Amino acid sequence: MSQIGSFALMLALGLSAYSFLAGLLALFGKDAASARLGETARRAGIATFAAVVLAAIVLVAAAFSDDFSIAYIFHHSNRDLPAAYKFAVLWSGQEGSLLFWSLLLAGYGFVLRLRYKTDQRLFAYASMIIASVQVFFLLILNFAAHPFAVMQGGLPPDGTGLNPLLQYPEMVIHPPMLYMGYVGFTVPFAFALGALIMNYPGEKWIQITRRWTMVTWCFLTIGVFLGAHWAYSVLGWGGYWGWDPVENASLMPWLTGTAFLHSVMMQEKRGMLKVWNMVLIFATFLLSMLGTFLTRSGVISSVHAFAQSSIGTWFLVFIAIAIAVCTYFLIKNRGQLKSEHKLEALVSRESSFLFNNLLLLTLCFTILWGTFFPIISDFVQGHKVTVGAPFFNRVAVPVALLLLLLTAIGPLLAWRKTSIDSLKRNFLYPAIGALAVGGMMMVFGVRPWEDPSYFYAVMAAILSALVLFTVISEFLRGGRVIAGKTDQNLLSAMYQLCRRNTRRYGGYIVHFGVALVFIGILGTPFNKEVEKEMAFGDKINIGPYTLVCQSYTQDDNPNFSNEWAIINVFRDGKQITTMYPERRFYKSSGQPQTLPRIYPSFKEDYFLVGDVYLVYEGKNETTGRPIIKAHINPLVPWIWIGLIIMVFGTIVALVPNAAVARVPVTLPVRTPVQAGAGD
Amino acid sequence: MHSAQPSRKQAPKESSAVPAAVVGASRPHRRGQDALATAGRMPALLFRSLQIMLVCATLFIFLGAGDADARFKDLGHRMMCACGCGQILLECNHVGCTYSDKMRNQLMASIDKGNNDDLVLQGFVQEYGPTVVAAPSATGFNRIAWIMPFLALGMGITFLIYVVRSWKNRPEPALADGIVIPQGRELDDLRRKARRETDL
Repeated sequence: MSQIGSFALMLALGLSAYSFLAGLLALFGKDAASARLGETARRAGIATFAAVVLAAIVLVAAAFSDDFSIAYIFHHSNRDLPAAYKFAVLWSGQEGSLLFWSLLLAGYGFVLRLRYKTDQRLFAYASMIIASVQVFFLLILNFAAHPFAVMQGGLPPDGTGLNPLLQYPEMVIHPPMLYMGYVGFTVPFAFALGALIMNYPGEKWIQITRRWTMVTWCFLTIGVFLGAHWAYSVLGWGGYWGWDPVENASLMPWLTGTAFLHSVMMQEKRGMLKVWNMVLIFATFLLSMLGTFLTRSGVISSVHAFAQSSIGTWFLVFIAIAIAVCTYFLIKNRGQLKSEHKLEALVSRESSFLFNNLLLLTLCFTILWGTFFPIISDFVQGHKVTVGAPFFNRVAVPVALLLLLLTAIGPLLAWRKTSIDSLKRNFLYPAIGALAVGGMMMVFGVRPWEDPSYFYAVMAAILSALVLFTVISEFLRGGRVIAGKTDQNLLSAMYQLCRRNTRRYGGYIVHFGVALVFIGILGTPFNKEVEKEMAFGDKINIGPYTLVCQSYTQDDNPNFSNEWAIINVFRDGKQITTMYPERRFYKSSGQPQTLPRIYPSFKEDYFLVGDVYLVYEGKNETTGRPIIKAHINPLVPWIWIGLIIMVFGTIVALVPNAAVARVPVTLPVRTPVQAGAGD
Repeated sequence: MHSAQPSRKQAPKESSAVPAAVVGASRPHRRGQDALATAGRMPALLFRSLQIMLVCATLFIFLGAGDADARFKDLGHRMMCACGCGQILLECNHVGCTYSDKMRNQLMASIDKGNNDDLVLQGFVQEYGPTVVAAPSATGFNRIAWIMPFLALGMGITFLIYVVRSWKNRPEPALADGIVIPQGRELDDLRRKARRETDL
């Protein structure tokens, strides 16, 4: 089996190398022979996909058939591993996850090469660039991190098993989502670089890649949030974001990708920021590679780094080459990227995008700087320092709040120029509502002057409310106009509004989701925690809850043995649920793992929902009683609800617009005005 | 995201409750104080204010220092567990961790001894190395860690202002024959009309 896999990988390398070289040569010529050569390159690219799929299938089949002659399977699987996790073995270790990277890239390349008729020359450039990235990954797979390497010595009876932290349902979907995001940014990168190299006229490459970019961004968003949810549900420290280097690595391309999604609109609408957009998409791609480098190289320690080796050097060399190529063509062809319009007013959509980009990039730089500062310190001072949550919270949170303010204001500013009247009309009521929310918080005892974290919580509440109210007011305003003209009810009018300009209103829905995420985060200063050794009938009082230990017990299955506590949760004297915090001991790896249990209080608290979060920390060796740590984490469920809304908004934005409704216009303007036009 | 030491919230609340009592207590000595203030050519109100501020500051410091539990939580969130799990000391739930319990006990002992925050942290740095502190200090080279993000933001804003100014000063691009872009009052009129028509 390993020979088939090795052959498939070698074949894939040969095909992608041919696709790259033949594609490159074909681009120099304009005769029929060059066109034929280009076509063979395209087909080789398609065949690469088939070869990589074969390699991936072989690896998964080896996991299912417990083929421990393959070292990777021996180190990441065992006979009693459940089937879903055997499938997840593909991305659970270094070699497998690189193969998965290569598989996704080949998949994206496959789709792109099938759609080449949209613009054959631009697609040929993009295909060649994707092939070059593919060659890099296949070189690593064939020569540095071979997933089909054979075990030395005798055939082991069983594998060492999957890392316990990875044996959780979300790990079956979190890495694929994150990787689809990381890898997906290769496509807009390839189109951008291709357009730059060939001096592609106009903004068509942006229109071609718009959906690619949004889908990729959506995957990365899901990946980042699922990572946070996994950390919350598995690591058991009661939080979801620890500013770990690997978490940071996933956030950085998300930030630059978000900046690109915004600023690219300025290029589409106004022909501005052409160089900047190139830089942003290059940076996003390079940060994705940097993320993989951080996860894989072991240069920075992380709780998420499950696979480390010396392939970091390969990535550094690749990143250096990519930077050199991008910089060279940016300088060489900068004349092609001149702005077509000038900025007419400071209070305009354009300037809000500029500030949005500035804040997103500052945030990205802060995270990059904080992540790499330990290495810089080691180099300069001779010793590492820790740059953890206290640093990031203090530096990044104020910038994030400014960004939230722009999220509220930006979308309601008009292109070119916004009048003060218009600002007043759009913001007066949302601003009053938002300030009322802040006032309510203070009335209920949250005094921002008492603690910096309270100050941030109140600010986040006010700004989140401002975003929510402005989005709602936009929907209502547009909906009323359509309802008035078409005699529909307000809800169906708002639906119509959305359908007429899906990109604009999908974007508003995404902003709505972002505000909900901030609401989820702002509950952090109000978290409570209690740790106690609990005998039968012992109680923990935390917040409005009383937790009573009813019993504790244990179980055993071929994969792990476990013990758990049975905790009844009471509120106002009434039992609301029973929770089972658990601790497992995995037999093949010999590693223990705690599994927290979470109860979101939707039924009890409605909009002020929070989580009751219980961790079975282990047993007191002397008394034999379990130690339970209880957390109350207010508002956290809003983070996951916010994610769902963000994804929904992205899907709405991806849907093509419905037929344009033309509003009768009596003005002496030269083009028809479209209701709800503009993004 | 980690919380930023919510337990510290108590200190200002308690200290702010004190001044009224202090003012009331000082009433019998009022005449003497007034005389002192006059003698020093300091207005009585200013003197009284300084007095109150001094008392408040003293109480604030001592109340904060006396709240051992709050300090434990605060300092425990400013340190990393030394076991290599990469988690904040008070958040380390690493099963079988041989460091976190010991470090927590050390922290409580150090606070009980009456050491101030710097001394507590210094003790941990000496024993576990500089990586035990969860954020760079604001001294020496480490200060750069804190400065750089704000410097980047400042430079970004400066660059943005430069770009915006250069864009605003850029001449209008040439238009095809016959196209006239309305400006100023004419443009405002058109916008008003369009808004009225579309109600948007």
